[in-house]
Amino acid sequence: MWQQIHINKRNSILLLLSMGLVLAALGYIIAAAIGGSPEAGWLGILIASAIWLIMTLVSFTSGDQILLASSRAAPVTPEVHPQLFNIVEEMKIAAGLPKMPKIYIINDPAPNAFATGRNPQNASVAVTAGLLTRLNRDELQGVIAHEVSHIVHRDILFVTLAGVLLGSVVLISQVFLRGMVYSSMSARRYSSRGSSRGGGGQALLMLLAVLLAILAPLFTQLLYFALSRRREYLADAGAARLTRYPEGLASALEKIAQQDIPMESANQVTAPMYIANPLRGKKYLNLYSTHPPIEQRIRILRNMSQGASLADYEQFYRSVTHKAGMIPQSALSKETVSIRPPSTEKTDPSSLNQIRAMGDLMRKVNGFKFLTCPCGVILKIPPNFPTGKAQCPHCGHVLSVS
Amino acid sequence: MGAIAVLLLIVLIGLILFLLAIIGIYNALVQLRNQADNAWSQIDVQLKRRHDLIPNLVETAKGYMKHERETFEKITEARSQAMGAKNVADAAKAENALTGALSKFMLVVENYPDLKANQNFLALQETLTSTENKIAFARQAYNDQVLLYNNKTQMFPSNIIAGMFGFRKRDSFEIGEAAQRETPKVSF
Repeated sequence: MWQQIHINKRNSILLLLSMGLVLAALGYIIAAAIGGSPEAGWLGILIASAIWLIMTLVSFTSGDQILLASSRAAPVTPEVHPQLFNIVEEMKIAAGLPKMPKIYIINDPAPNAFATGRNPQNASVAVTAGLLTRLNRDELQGVIAHEVSHIVHRDILFVTLAGVLLGSVVLISQVFLRGMVYSSMSARRYSSRGSSRGGGGQALLMLLAVLLAILAPLFTQLLYFALSRRREYLADAGAARLTRYPEGLASALEKIAQQDIPMESANQVTAPMYIANPLRGKKYLNLYSTHPPIEQRIRILRNMSQGASLADYEQFYRSVTHKAGMIPQSALSKETVSIRPPSTEKTDPSSLNQIRAMGDLMRKVNGFKFLTCPCGVILKIPPNFPTGKAQCPHCGHVLSVS
Repeated sequence: MGAIAVLLLIVLIGLILFLLAIIGIYNALVQLRNQADNAWSQIDVQLKRRHDLIPNLVETAKGYMKHERETFEKITEARSQAMGAKNVADAAKAENALTGALSKFMLVVENYPDLKANQNFLALQETLTSTENKIAFARQAYNDQVLLYNNKTQMFPSNIIAGMFGFRKRDSFEIGEAAQRETPKVSF
């Protein structure tokens, strides 16, 4: 049963602990190198912990807001895209979420989506305008189910915690390395001072600190990405089970993979949150991949013709990736989950209509008003339109902008 | 003397742990039962939403579909039957009839391009599709919850607590699954 999956909870805790250890080690060595004594190292751990604590507190109180703002996601009302709200509510019901997630639209032509928040009561889902205009109903449902699975699996909390740790390590390393460059410049000017105390021991510590400051961020990133890849598979499995229709997500992923536009507002830290890697370019699987290869994800979902249970996903995960099991045995209950037929509505708009629809959607997100003149012309009024009246350019009819 | 005191302490601690375990299992059972109840009420909410939606839908479509009186009559009749149902079995039957009538209606709509171009109708159609989905997903969520609850009432050791406090096995919502899979026949 999937409510019981505290998926990889132990792995996640181990991972967070090891990231925390890296942070502590970094703090210790840097402080010991600067202070010139091992005692100063303990102060370093204290400072590193304080930085981490402050960042964690900030991210717990307003982390989702910061992420949404930095991704340029705008909160929207149901009138902007009623279907999106309907589908999110459908998935909320299917997953038994206690509350409707808040819905955001990102004005970006690249198709992508992510979920954030710290628990199911305070969750948000953001999708791009490009995604909304390219996918049909079943596909959009698959993507939303994937995001809702992230919420149910508590991946959003994990990503927040891991992101903060990664951010702290990067911050401390950067400050130290930049400080080193400055101090070495000034040390050249006052070379008579400073070399008298410390000696060989401190030089060695300094070398170690520089090495660690360079390696620690890379190492923490590897840890972060390794687990985020696994979580993508798990969210796919959850989505198939929620929608009872694996083909929806498979075909959505296919459409997302076809688009090669990188997202403008995504970066290294936020990349693992998205349903597909928003930073394209390196498509091969390496240690730095935030996401599993999209072709494999599609193949697993397409193989699921017999049922949509977690056990079905697990079976094809093994045959496609040739890896050991991903979902713990205790979570695989014997249940038959039959696949539902596709929805009857399958009109894929033509590419020209898609572009037009995307433009209209972006305008709606930005607060444009849409007025229909009796002659059939639709007037798109910007939010800062100065006067209360607008004249139709086609028939001359005057419409009131209210 | 000392040995007896230690023994008593161990027994006492054991007893407290035992009681805590029972309380924990009991609370878990109550939580699961409440979740199942909540999932059940979700189905009702969605069914009610569908009842409210139908008059609007029929009113919008009527003007375009002059030759489909029979379809509309069936929908209206199924709706009033579903709303007037007295017990759960009747309600399930009537709701399934309504689902059938609505999906047939959606197929007939394909023959009326004018209607499909109507913005108002398109919005209603999306609402109807979504409501149908919400009903299906609410049932699915209810069944998931019931499975969890039933597992808990049947597995050791929680089955003992469940027996003591009268947590009974629940039925999942299976009625009408067969009727749903049947594709509605359309005569042209």
